[in-house]
Amino acid sequence: MRAVTVVGASLAGLYAARELRAQGFAGRLTVVGAEPHQPYDRPPLSKDFLTGAGDEDRAAQVDRIALTDPEELAELRAEWILGARARALDVRDRTVVLDDGRTLASDGVVVATGASARRLPGPPLAGVHTLRDLDDARALRAELTRGPRRVVVIGGGFIGAETASSCVALGHDVTVVEAAPLPLAAQLGTELALVCAGLHERGGARLLTGVGVARLRGGGVAAGAGAGAGAGAGAGGADWGRAGAEALPAVRSVEFADGRSLAADVVVVGIGATPNTGWLAGSSLAVADGVLCDDGCATALPQVVAVGDVARVGGVRAEHWTSATEQPRVAVRNLLAGRTVEAARPLPYFWSDQYGSRIQFAGRREDGDTVRILEGSPEVLDEGGFLAVYEREGRTTAAFAVGRARPFMKVRRELAAQESRAKETVV
Amino acid sequence: MIPVCRLADLPAGESVRLDTTPPVAVFNADGELFAVDDTCSHQDASLSEGWLEGCLVECPLHAASFDLRTGRPTCLPARKPVRTHEVHVADGMIHVRLAADVAATGEGSAA
Ligand SMILES: Cc1cc2nc3c(=O)[nH]c(=O)nc-3n(C[C@H](O)[C@H](O)[C@H](O)COP(=O)(O)OP(=O)(O)OC[C@H]3O[C@@H](n4cnc5c(N)ncnc54)[C@H](O)[C@@H]3O)c2cc1C
Ligand code: FES
Repeated sequence: MRAVTVVGASLAGLYAARELRAQGFAGRLTVVGAEPHQPYDRPPLSKDFLTGAGDEDRAAQVDRIALTDPEELAELRAEWILGARARALDVRDRTVVLDDGRTLASDGVVVATGASARRLPGPPLAGVHTLRDLDDARALRAELTRGPRRVVVIGGGFIGAETASSCVALGHDVTVVEAAPLPLAAQLGTELALVCAGLHERGGARLLTGVGVARLRGGGVAAGAGAGAGAGAGAGGADWGRAGAEALPAVRSVEFADGRSLAADVVVVGIGATPNTGWLAGSSLAVADGVLCDDGCATALPQVVAVGDVARVGGVRAEHWTSATEQPRVAVRNLLAGRTVEAARPLPYFWSDQYGSRIQFAGRREDGDTVRILEGSPEVLDEGGFLAVYEREGRTTAAFAVGRARPFMKVRRELAAQESRAKETVV
Repeated sequence: MIPVCRLADLPAGESVRLDTTPPVAVFNADGELFAVDDTCSHQDASLSEGWLEGCLVECPLHAASFDLRTGRPTCLPARKPVRTHEVHVADGMIHVRLAADVAATGEGSAA
């Protein structure tokens, strides 16, 4: 293989570039990224990055979340084409076409284009934000440092909860609105989702559940509009929340399907993300909520693999940091081998930091699994948190902890070992 | 020198965290004692809560691994070392001497 193009210059793309070199690929390596920034880490965006000192200069902010440094960049010997979006993949000659018309001929392609925050329909309003990338986070942060605000976070998932927690820490009045009867129930099951829901009230935010948002209402022109919007935000065109806030009407309230409404100065829309597969339309690659791959991250074309949030690997699309860092090793191995020689089934794992609590989850929980508390108690979270396991037919399927990193890690390792034993038995 | 605990109270495979600024983690790795900065150089996790295996400790948050002898990470996502500190045992008590450059930004690895 002489030339490989990695599309997407974030977590999974960078790890793929590293793996290509680590596994001996000596050819031409090109990494294309739509954002103008060098690869940075997203998890801090809803956590420390939002709460950090507001007057810190930009370079320092970005430095702290940088995923790489000049030495490594030199070692990787890759050509970085940043601020350029791939527009198409021509599978016949495996050419990646950029939006400025450039074409990159490649023998192998790694799809690592991640996902984009889902938005609410309706006209753009100032004060409405999503939180997916650095520019989003800067724009939100700028707004949050302008004095106390009534913040409404739409969506009680992990990013919504973390954002709410950060807003409380900054002294804002915060309400989290969730359409489902209970946030995170699909991920954690009712019992432990209830514990997470309890964190909001304990932490000083209101949680409204079972309320669907009908629309956002705006009026007047935003005070200080434009001051906060990050530069470099132009690329998004008519995107909400970051399109030059110049003369947009400001958001005033969130209106619910049942007719009620809630006054708001800032609205954060945290209703999930959709995989960035649009550029693959017409490429013959199969796409269905993610790029369809086998267990080894390989698409139907052996010269194209997909990794990270954009990839549906063996039927599962994970939006977790750890999947995005673990899949590239296997994907690159299979890409260089020209066929799937190894499966990537990392044990699902994620963490979240909210209201001073660190939450960790690992494993494959299914509905109907029973929850058993092994250590501590969900009732007295202040006294060292707790560790719980999910069980099915006497077997541990997953683990969940609040503030119990050490025993959690032990169970996580056992789950991983159990899984690799199971894999060996199958083979 | 900062007193840590009695040697007898830190059996092999165990660790203890000192509330110094910055906090320090002391490990008993199969009978050999090591002290390093407790906060992982990657983000914000306590290495004293990590997984100890030989001279390596694995971070409980994103699984970076550090060599306790040098403080150097042996795998990603950590890229920077953690500082190492001297450990002494006298009269059955463990003590730690913090690396001199606590406040400095430099290459902190004494030991
Ligand atoms: C605010 C926030 C907090 C998070 N917190 C946690 C957490 O606590 N724990 C956890 O486990 N996970 C967390 N995650 C999830 C984790 O960050 C993601 O799983 C991870 O970033 C996925 O990496 P990726 O490289 O696959 O995709 P992304 O990080 O989405 O990167 C994809 C990149 O591709 C670029 N791109 C898109 N389309 C194109 C194109 N056509 N051409 C060129 N480039 C393109 C994008 O601009 C982007 O830079 C969080 C995510 C966010 C947004
Ligand atoms: S905080 Fe230790 S590896 Fe990330």
